[in-house]
Amino acid sequence: MKKYQLGEFEEIVILTVGVLYKDAYGVSIKKEIEARLSRNVSMGALHTALKRLESKGYIKSFDGEVTEDRAGRPRKYFQITALGKKAMEYSRSTRDELWKSIPKIALDVKMVG
Amino acid sequence: MKNYPPKFFLRFFRWYCHPEMVGHIEGDIMELYAERLRNTGKRKADVKFIIDVVLLCRPGIIRPVTIERNVNQYAMVKSYFKVGWRNMLRNKGYSAINISGLAIGMAVALLIGLWVFDELTFDTHFKNYDRIVQVMQHQTYNGEIGTQVSNPAVMGEEIRNVYGSDFKHVLQSSWNFDHILTYGDKIFAKPGSYFEPGVVDMLSLNILRGTADGLKEMNSIMLSKSVAKTLFGDEDPINKMLRLDNAVDVKVTAVYEDIPVNTTFRDLTIIMPWTLYLSQNTWVQKMTDPWDSNFTQTFAQLNDNADLETVSTRIKDVKINRQTEEEKRYKAVVFLHPMSKWHLYSDFKQGVNIGGQIDNVWLFSITGIFVLLLACINFMNLSTARSEKRSKEVGIRKSIGSVRSQLITQFFSESVLIAFLAFVLAIGLGFLALPAFNSVAGKQIVIPWNTPMFWMIGIGFTLITGIFAGLYPALFLSSFQPVKVLKGSFKLGRMASLPRQVLVTIQFTISIVLIIGTIVVYKQIQYAQGRPMGYAVDGLITTGVNSERHKHFEAIRNELKSSNAIVDMAESGSPITDVWNTNGGFDWEGKDPNLAVDFPNNGVTYEYGKTIGWQISEGRDFSRDYASDSSAFILNESAVKFIGLTDPIGKVIKWNNENYTVIGVVKDILVQSPYAPVRPAMWHLTDDSENVFIIKLNPDRNAQESMAKVEEVFKKLDTTSPFSASFVDEDFSNKFGNEKRIGTLAAFFAGLAVFISCLGLFGLASFVAEQRTKEIGIRKVMGASVQNLWQLLSKDFVILVIISSVVAIAFSYFFFTHWLESYEYRTSVSWWIFAASAAGALVITLITVSFQAIKAATNNPIKSLRSE
Repeated sequence: MKKYQLGEFEEIVILTVGVLYKDAYGVSIKKEIEARLSRNVSMGALHTALKRLESKGYIKSFDGEVTEDRAGRPRKYFQITALGKKAMEYSRSTRDELWKSIPKIALDVKMVG
Repeated sequence: MKNYPPKFFLRFFRWYCHPEMVGHIEGDIMELYAERLRNTGKRKADVKFIIDVVLLCRPGIIRPVTIERNVNQYAMVKSYFKVGWRNMLRNKGYSAINISGLAIGMAVALLIGLWVFDELTFDTHFKNYDRIVQVMQHQTYNGEIGTQVSNPAVMGEEIRNVYGSDFKHVLQSSWNFDHILTYGDKIFAKPGSYFEPGVVDMLSLNILRGTADGLKEMNSIMLSKSVAKTLFGDEDPINKMLRLDNAVDVKVTAVYEDIPVNTTFRDLTIIMPWTLYLSQNTWVQKMTDPWDSNFTQTFAQLNDNADLETVSTRIKDVKINRQTEEEKRYKAVVFLHPMSKWHLYSDFKQGVNIGGQIDNVWLFSITGIFVLLLACINFMNLSTARSEKRSKEVGIRKSIGSVRSQLITQFFSESVLIAFLAFVLAIGLGFLALPAFNSVAGKQIVIPWNTPMFWMIGIGFTLITGIFAGLYPALFLSSFQPVKVLKGSFKLGRMASLPRQVLVTIQFTISIVLIIGTIVVYKQIQYAQGRPMGYAVDGLITTGVNSERHKHFEAIRNELKSSNAIVDMAESGSPITDVWNTNGGFDWEGKDPNLAVDFPNNGVTYEYGKTIGWQISEGRDFSRDYASDSSAFILNESAVKFIGLTDPIGKVIKWNNENYTVIGVVKDILVQSPYAPVRPAMWHLTDDSENVFIIKLNPDRNAQESMAKVEEVFKKLDTTSPFSASFVDEDFSNKFGNEKRIGTLAAFFAGLAVFISCLGLFGLASFVAEQRTKEIGIRKVMGASVQNLWQLLSKDFVILVIISSVVAIAFSYFFFTHWLESYEYRTSVSWWIFAASAAGALVITLITVSFQAIKAATNNPIKSLRSE
């Protein structure tokens, strides 16, 4: 299915944008992912993903305020679009379906030591 | 700044990052850096910053090699043209002046361009164009070096034998003149030459029927397609027998495609073998010294590897080596004149090529460029004059964001638009004017509609014209400062109109120079035409002689005289307007033995003097009463002066060692160039010249009736040839053909130049009047009269025209004095020409300007003051 293309990292980014709601811009998204998922996120990877999401139409952006730290550069805030929401839902439902389809026995494994 | 990230990396980031993303990503990394700086210190923050920058350097963030932009500027260009078009429609008057002026200028340039092209491609039709040469010679006569194409008949053979390895062909040929062709009851006179057989290959003649080897047999003839058509219609002409010049039967061996008009050989419509010429003119082979007479032409084609200059130098003594000691005094130098120079560089003076037609090519090229320049100046003036009206547009465009280069493009696209409209109009005008132009220029030019090159040059030229005409307005208009023009206080100072005034001055200078030039050319023609001719030209006609007519000379003369159709007639070796025969071999008492002389020496019958009405200044005419007159000379005054006789009558002059007595002296007779001094000439009696009859029609009778009678008698006594005759006064005025052509064209171009200049002036005047509407209104209310206002508005222009006159007169004086110096018999550049031209220009200016000035001055001031 090529209907809604959403890579693994992209999904994390768009979910985080949703989490942050009106506060989602480069640095905040990075920090949020790093805090929640305890993994390192480079600016490069993040911005590539954001650009790709935006060009797919899943998120949209608008310029925000300028702070002293940013040396006169405005923040760029991101927001999920309706299409983005659908893509997220689709991704979730396919996973749910996969979960449901797993026979119970297959998961009856114990973590050993 | 301490808390600043490594500058190099920041700059590196800015360099590679996509311009659309650079803003917020930089913001992000700066924010992170600031935070890290606070938490971990500068060193770690720097390192992390560098890592960030390096990791950001990935596809998707790096800028593409060429920035993606909307390269399709179609919309913008379209809008330029749309605005230009609307502007044009809104100012119909100015647009009409602009376009029609440019169109006329371009039409002139087009015609001149076609003419120049035609001149420059003269003879290039021939495949061997760059290899064909004519063998010519310089000889020293009467102390002057003369250059001629005529050669001894053995010239070709001698060159072939001695220098053959340098040539592919060396061909002897006769003069090209009319021959009478009889086929059944059809009789036509068609021009052609006798040639040696290589001519087919040398001129790369396209043989349509028959054999390319058609000159092998002596009694054969090759016809051009059009001659074959007139003689044979749809019949197959090959192997048909024709009678040539009522003397010999010849067989048609080939038909070749007509030779194009813009070539030297355009009148070579029939070709006969050289062997036939020799058999018809048996005296040629019986000549005691074949080198002492020049009466044929020699053409040649160089070998592919032969160098013209080298060969030309090599053959220079070919003639003198074979001449007798006596003849060597003429110092004959043989040389090769390449085909590429035949037409444009045909004039020689003292043995040096001094150009020729190429002067006219230059003259007209320059005139064409000037006329086009005048039209471009109109465009510049009207555009800049109206700049105040468009200054607001420029201001608004600039404040919305147009940069100067865009405005320049805009104004260029407008001028190019106008130039293209003018081009379309010019093509139309050129097409309409071409027939008239052709008849004046003596050409058969057609517009090469189907040649892509023509359109490319035409469109390229239009673009250049458009850009040139738009150059000044575009740079000027786009330089306005938006703040100034939009504030409304924008006024161009006095200096702003200075370039415009300079351009108007240039325009009128050129126009006045052209007017003066036209007058000078006409004055020179008139001066030469009014030159004393030395004979009574009215009612004189010339007709050709053949053996039949020669035999019946007395019968024809008696019958015509008794019918009162003519006064008298005579037989002569040359027509009055040309020299067909000159002789050397003269000697007299006191002659410098080293001086080689050559005089026109015309053999005539007793009635010659009475027929042409020459004026005897000393001695007497030929008379039957003196038997001794068979060895007598009549000299012209120039000859008496040249020989240095103080009391000429009775003196003896030796000609080929026979004594001739001078019995009379006549006033100089104008025979050849009306611009050159009359050559020393002499006449003697002969009854076997067989060249022309000169007939004086009866002045008391209607010329047409007399001509009819002459024709009737000729036809009765000579059934072999068609009758044709020419009036001597027409032949004489044909000598002015070239000057008249230049004169007519100069008048035409001068007229157009003046018209275009006035068109521009008219536009400027109306603009000025419009601009000063309020001022005129106020002046009127304050009591100014119409005359005051007329003076006010005309004064500026009149001053410009006066300046132009001064410049033009100074220039013309030098230029035309120099031009006239190329004529030995010339008029002077008198002051009234300048006065008349300047006055004429002034009057035209006043008329043009006054129309607008008076219109503005008679307007009701209430209307003009209330406007807005």
